Amino acid sequence: MLDDFLIRAALAGVGVSLAAAPLGCFIVWRRMAYFGDATAHAAMLGVALSLTLSTPIFAGVLLISLLMAVTVSTLSGRGYAMDTLLGVMAHSALAVGLVAVSFLSGVRINLMAYLFGDILAVGRTDLAIIWGGALLVLVLVGYRWSALLLSTLSPDLALASGISPRREQLVLTIALAIVVAVSIKVVGVLLIASMLIIPAASARRFSRTPEAMALMAAVIGACASVSGLTLSYHFDSPTGPTIVCVVALLFVVLNAAHAVTRRMRAAHEHPTPCLDRQD
Amino acid sequence: MLIQTRNLCVQIGKVPILRNIDLQVQCGEIVTIIGPNGSGKSTLLRTLIGALTPSTGQIIRAPGLSIGYVPQRLYIDDTLPMTVKRFLQLPQRAPAAAIQSSLANAGVPDLQDQQLMSLSGGQLQRLLLARALLAEPNLLLLDEPTQGLDRRGSADFYRQIDRLRQALNCAVIMVSHDLQVVMRRSERVICLNGHIRCQGQPAEVGRSAEFRALFGIEDDEDALALYNHREHSHCAGAMREAG
Repeated sequence: MLDDFLIRAALAGVGVSLAAAPLGCFIVWRRMAYFGDATAHAAMLGVALSLTLSTPIFAGVLLISLLMAVTVSTLSGRGYAMDTLLGVMAHSALAVGLVAVSFLSGVRINLMAYLFGDILAVGRTDLAIIWGGALLVLVLVGYRWSALLLSTLSPDLALASGISPRREQLVLTIALAIVVAVSIKVVGVLLIASMLIIPAASARRFSRTPEAMALMAAVIGACASVSGLTLSYHFDSPTGPTIVCVVALLFVVLNAAHAVTRRMRAAHEHPTPCLDRQD
Repeated sequence: MLIQTRNLCVQIGKVPILRNIDLQVQCGEIVTIIGPNGSGKSTLLRTLIGALTPSTGQIIRAPGLSIGYVPQRLYIDDTLPMTVKRFLQLPQRAPAAAIQSSLANAGVPDLQDQQLMSLSGGQLQRLLLARALLAEPNLLLLDEPTQGLDRRGSADFYRQIDRLRQALNCAVIMVSHDLQVVMRRSERVICLNGHIRCQGQPAEVGRSAEFRALFGIEDDEDALALYNHREHSHCAGAMREAG
């Protein structure tokens, strides 16, 4: 079954979606969208590092993403404005990575594959790494779930319960670096943040608890991966961007559906408009 | 004695916030901390719950001390869906009966299935109180619990605290800006401004020069307004007996 490249691609997409969903929820809840983006952009530097040292791409990306995420977390506690800091670090890391890759001689490098992903080229080893990383992230986030939620809601309440918000921040940082490292093959450094944020944002209006939101985000992400893959096969479009297009479309459709049902419910509850007040 | 600090000093970064705080709280006592903005009131509470580490000095906690903490305000982000029931189960699961009774004790029995986002300011403060009660505390720490509530709302809230204190026999340390409530309801007042400027029964403290200087009370008329509230209050007498 795994001989078929489409099956491997679909499994890779689903694996990334499952890991990205709960983490993406935290990124949305904690307003860390830009932080996710910066960590992903820095991955390009990791690609350059891996190619230079001839190590697996996964290892270099994991190392650099981790470094980037930890540096940003540390510096943000020291009075730098977070968005400025991320803007500086994200784009310089991306630029340095691109320049470094261009200096590598003797290797023919398809830059597009790293920027936008190359899901159709996922091999058995890649699949094992993707699912291994995804399961690790799920276990990590699942194990710290309540502590993460409470420190997201109120650092003071967390501290009062003996939970260190800084440690929980570090857990998220590590999980983010792993997700970036495993999804670079699927959607590429420029689009990883969208797989984190858009499914979570689409699920928000339909969830009453944080768990429901994470679960629904996972379902949305997985559906988008599989249908994006199918569409790109039929229309011969680039796969990573097609998956992101589908998830963005789902975001629009789900939000519109929510707005319509709310209006209909409101009309149902107050069937007559207050026109008779005019006289 | 429930909790005691000895020569407690706290710095945030390199800035000293609290100096030489000696504080003792007995079982069932109600202590109010007052002081101008930036005087270290919240810092003191956060040190007592263990959120900040003192730079010198020590905190002695009685064995079996259980602290319920009600923070100043909870900012709920619209992106996070959360029911009241789920919120009360963070970080530990709690039995349904305990959740029900803590909500009832805090005066909001019917909120369980509501979203945090949909609660009013007063309901949210009571929910935070309910959360603190889940720990079955013998010491309640309240950090300006009525900020953002109107007069009536805060009067109701303080009355609820009084009832709880008697029902659960727990001590209360609270930070308050509301001098009238302080004068009426506390057994002991601590004036804080980096260090403890003065402390004692509300009437004594109200008469002291430090207190007047700290709150810009210029003439006896201002001060009198505070006492009169105290003299005419039935709650004060009732509290004395209960204490």
